[in-house]
Amino acid sequence: MIADSPLLQVEQLKTYYPIKKGVFSRTVGHVKAVDDITLSIHKGETLGLVGESGCGKSSFGRSIVRLENPFEGRILFENEDITYRKQKELREVRTRLQIIFQDPYASLNPRQRVADILAEPYIAHNLATGSQVQARVNRLLDMVGLPQAYKNRYPHEFSGGQRQRIGIARAISFEPKLIVCDEPVSALDVSIQAQILNLLSDLQQELNLTYLFIAHGIGAVKYISTRVAVMYLGKIVEIGDKDELFRSPRHPYTQILLQAYPKPDPTLRADKRIVIQGDVPSPANPPSGCRFHTRCPYAQELCRVEEPVLDEQPHAVACHFPLAQ
Amino acid sequence: MNHITNLLEIDRLQTVFWNGKEDVVAVQDISFNLKAGETIGIVGESGCGKSVTSLSIMRLLGNNGRIKQGEIRFNGQNIADNSEKELRTLRGKEISMIFQEPMSSLNPVLTIGHQLVEMIQCHTSLTRREAKAYAIEMLHKVGLPHGKNLMNTYPHTLSGGMRQRIMIAMALSCKPKLLIADEPTTALDVTIQAQILELMKVLQQESKAAIMLITHDLGVVAEMADRVVVMYAGQIVESADVFTLFREPKHPYTQGLMASIPSIHGANERLQAIPGTVPSITKMPEGCRFHTRCALATNRCRQEQPELKSVAGEHQVRCWVVEEQTIPLSNIVNSRQQEASVL
Repeated sequence: MIADSPLLQVEQLKTYYPIKKGVFSRTVGHVKAVDDITLSIHKGETLGLVGESGCGKSSFGRSIVRLENPFEGRILFENEDITYRKQKELREVRTRLQIIFQDPYASLNPRQRVADILAEPYIAHNLATGSQVQARVNRLLDMVGLPQAYKNRYPHEFSGGQRQRIGIARAISFEPKLIVCDEPVSALDVSIQAQILNLLSDLQQELNLTYLFIAHGIGAVKYISTRVAVMYLGKIVEIGDKDELFRSPRHPYTQILLQAYPKPDPTLRADKRIVIQGDVPSPANPPSGCRFHTRCPYAQELCRVEEPVLDEQPHAVACHFPLAQ
Repeated sequence: MNHITNLLEIDRLQTVFWNGKEDVVAVQDISFNLKAGETIGIVGESGCGKSVTSLSIMRLLGNNGRIKQGEIRFNGQNIADNSEKELRTLRGKEISMIFQEPMSSLNPVLTIGHQLVEMIQCHTSLTRREAKAYAIEMLHKVGLPHGKNLMNTYPHTLSGGMRQRIMIAMALSCKPKLLIADEPTTALDVTIQAQILELMKVLQQESKAAIMLITHDLGVVAEMADRVVVMYAGQIVESADVFTLFREPKHPYTQGLMASIPSIHGANERLQAIPGTVPSITKMPEGCRFHTRCALATNRCRQEQPELKSVAGEHQVRCWVVEEQTIPLSNIVNSRQQEASVL
């Protein structure tokens, strides 16, 4: 499976947001949304990224497409360092690196017709003109399963699922190599989620796409991913092959996350599951040692003091006392 | 059906909204019962009328909404025609409600303590001091041990999970007989959701309140409910006890919903999506409302509206195909073009 060099390599990436206070807006601290993440994504795979709200998963996705400016670290996309590229120099990169947003209501310009929304990338990059553009737009609509007759409609005339299809059509207009899917189905109804997930996996086959699939819904991640990474407070706590990670999680947080997910089967009702107490601590002031120790049922003295690092296994975990496999 | 054992009986409820020209029917022909101590799950996608049903019970329908037909009997008394004044004695005291968004259901400019005490004093004869002590006790009950400090804080300083706990404390402080929870955990993370669901279970065992749980999440229903009502486009399409419903869903819509959830245990087959989208309430299809998205639709489905009929005991289904048992219900056809084409 693993190709020679990964499509995307992220090394010790840190994305911090300054906290400003006072009359002169002095920076008094940082929200460490992404704190020292190293991972790579290979061609053709889907890396699922799960975690609770505020864990930094969206910041990570946005940093990769350079919608956020990283604070430190390196992002190598197709062996090019794009970490500190200027916006102008990023234009070409973005034909190969795209993003689909969560909210299909907010990510489409309400005053543009669908045909214009989809034609804009081609015109902006001088890649097609006149009738060529129209032909391409028609093809995009076909690919995402929308009738061509809809192309003169405005976004408000569509349902949420159909809007997300438009968002997807826009992202695949240049047949990119990597698409960051930032919670693409979270805002949709269950039956529509399934349509969009099916569409994403069909397109992946047709266009040989690679996805970074960010979601908090574990079901969707399980369905679409080949590998899964679990994030907690800006760090990756576990990463590995999907089936293995779901079958035998090594990090207590992953285990709890999987158990907390209510299963659509009343015979599997959890009678004595571990419910973790408390909320996610603030990323501006993360706990010492292992960041999960404040909520971890197995935490020991060492966890409070020393921060665990992600081990070097294919199924890696950052925990002093990983669960037995 | 013994009338005395039912805490809540909804009988052929129809709620309409005036859009300036005509009455738009939001929910129609809704009938179900709820016993004390029981949890009923109301499931459906957005726009199916599950929230309107609960708001009809509380009569929080705004200026343009009204109950056009049907009865809502609470403790044997029809409350569908009660005056606002009569409703005030019910709301909060006998029937209380938790909403989806705990941020927008708390007043941002008043302290938590102020809001809790106001609520308690409104429905009991406790003095201010007693009400305050009771509020702290309630906060403790919902897992907020530092109740005393919390009383002086404002909602924006708290996390979503804490706010939802406060909403639950408020909703349960007058020991209601019926708690309506409208998507209580949808805005929360899974680990926090697990905490809140656990809390609701424990408090229900203590108080013996009936819970009407409105959700789109079949996982939450499977976890919490004793009985389930599935709604589609303003109607009940299937109702059964939770085990029967998950073991043998009969209605093609219920089957479709279940097939469209990605399993976190099983293998990864292609998901069986339901084609199309929910019809708009101003443009309901003729006949069965699901026929535009149903792979099994027959001519009869396109013309005549099916009734909710019992298939076995309390298991009721609204479907001609099930009623006639002509074709065995099988998988739902899935083509990409079809999935998206119906507006």
